[in-house]
Amino acid sequence: MAGKPILETKALHKRFGDHHVLRGIDFTVEPGERVAIIGGSGSGKSTFLRCLNFMETLSEGEVWLDGTRIGVERKGTVTYPEKQLCQVRERLGMVFQQFNLFPHMSVLDNVMEGLVTVKRMSRPEARRVAEAELAKVGLSEKHDAWPGRLSGGQQQRVAIARALSMQPEILLFDEPTSSLDPELVGEVLRVIKQLAEEGRTMLLVTHELGFAYHFATKVIFLAHGVFHEVGTPDEVLKNPRQARTQDFLRRFGEFAF
Amino acid sequence: MNYVPDFSIVTDNWIVLMRGLWVTIQIWIPSIVIGLAGGFLLAQARLARSKVIRGTSLVYVELFRDTPVLIQLIWFFYAFPILIGVQLSPYAAALLGLTLNTSAYASEIFRGGIRSIHRGQMEGALAIGMTRAQAMRRVILPQVVKRMLPAFTNRTIEVAKMSSLASVISVHELMYQGRLLSSTYYRPFEILTAVAFIYFVLIYPGTFLAGRLEKHLARSN
Repeated sequence: MAGKPILETKALHKRFGDHHVLRGIDFTVEPGERVAIIGGSGSGKSTFLRCLNFMETLSEGEVWLDGTRIGVERKGTVTYPEKQLCQVRERLGMVFQQFNLFPHMSVLDNVMEGLVTVKRMSRPEARRVAEAELAKVGLSEKHDAWPGRLSGGQQQRVAIARALSMQPEILLFDEPTSSLDPELVGEVLRVIKQLAEEGRTMLLVTHELGFAYHFATKVIFLAHGVFHEVGTPDEVLKNPRQARTQDFLRRFGEFAF
Repeated sequence: MNYVPDFSIVTDNWIVLMRGLWVTIQIWIPSIVIGLAGGFLLAQARLARSKVIRGTSLVYVELFRDTPVLIQLIWFFYAFPILIGVQLSPYAAALLGLTLNTSAYASEIFRGGIRSIHRGQMEGALAIGMTRAQAMRRVILPQVVKRMLPAFTNRTIEVAKMSSLASVISVHELMYQGRLLSSTYYRPFEILTAVAFIYFVLIYPGTFLAGRLEKHLARSN
């Protein structure tokens, strides 16, 4: 694949005080790629994902979206105008570990919110889009429910519908199944798989190595703030070359491909 | 004791008490409304990134919270004119004092409320492309208001009662009229009981409605 990257980072660093979490990451995603990012807890994989849509501010480095650098550089200091960040976030949908649904709104209103407030859609039009997205994640019958009354798996599917409603070009999944009871993981992974089949560009931070193997076109093993190993699922998950990757996979135990 | 209460003194002077009630309302409602709005802005300042803004708002809040309201009212009436060279009317001084005092308390209520909302709520809103202001208005504040309603109700009740302190700088509100009548007729028992009753009738409907509203808002929990 030698297409034009849709998303790119150059020498990306992130520090929290003295803690140097990301140590110079160069990364490209091409349209239609599905990237799974794996690594131990505290390896910085979620932080990396969150830097892409500026949930975290970069300490150093650059993020490029569709050939445009995010941020404005003036005399060596980079600022990130809010308006630009909003546009970037509209194009990069994010699904969080903790769902982050709005508890004071019904399921339908959660999905309509961005359409009405950000895209300035009329309510009837937004309702049509939201209904379609909820149907897609299999929650048509839950329109009027409060998010707090749903199971974790259902909440996460609403969150996916909310992200999809904005018609993002890229979807970012930040450990979407990590806070779910085991029996609820499957329904969320099924929705993600269905999105993969549509050919969407997706980045997934996950501990579900088995799922990553089938889902991804590219797997990245992140350790100590750098991309330790990058390759196809077969290369990274079945025949890792780096000792640290092998070690990580061994510690994670058996998983079925 | 063979004191015979005579409430005709109250009914005879009903119109005077009602005039006082009207002034009380004119202090109470604006100081609550403006105080809440000011408190919201102050809370934003307390949560700002700039240390100077944070520090200034902190000093303001503590000054008003840690000194007696009575002194604040007297101070705005007697001391403020010396500083700015303009004599405020008693009503203006009372309104100013209670409004600023309320803003300091309300800012703490807002600040606690905003901080109690999980960070993920802001992130969830930003992630779909909202600005911070939109996220605040559409996602954070509706949840804050719901959580803060009991504290706001308390503050509203407090201010209604605190407005009686304005009588000290001779604002002709309900308490002032009550004290004037009781010293004129030497009937403090009847008159002050009536004044307390009027305060109760003024405040109770508000607390009743706030309770209903709280129940209504709790439906999404």
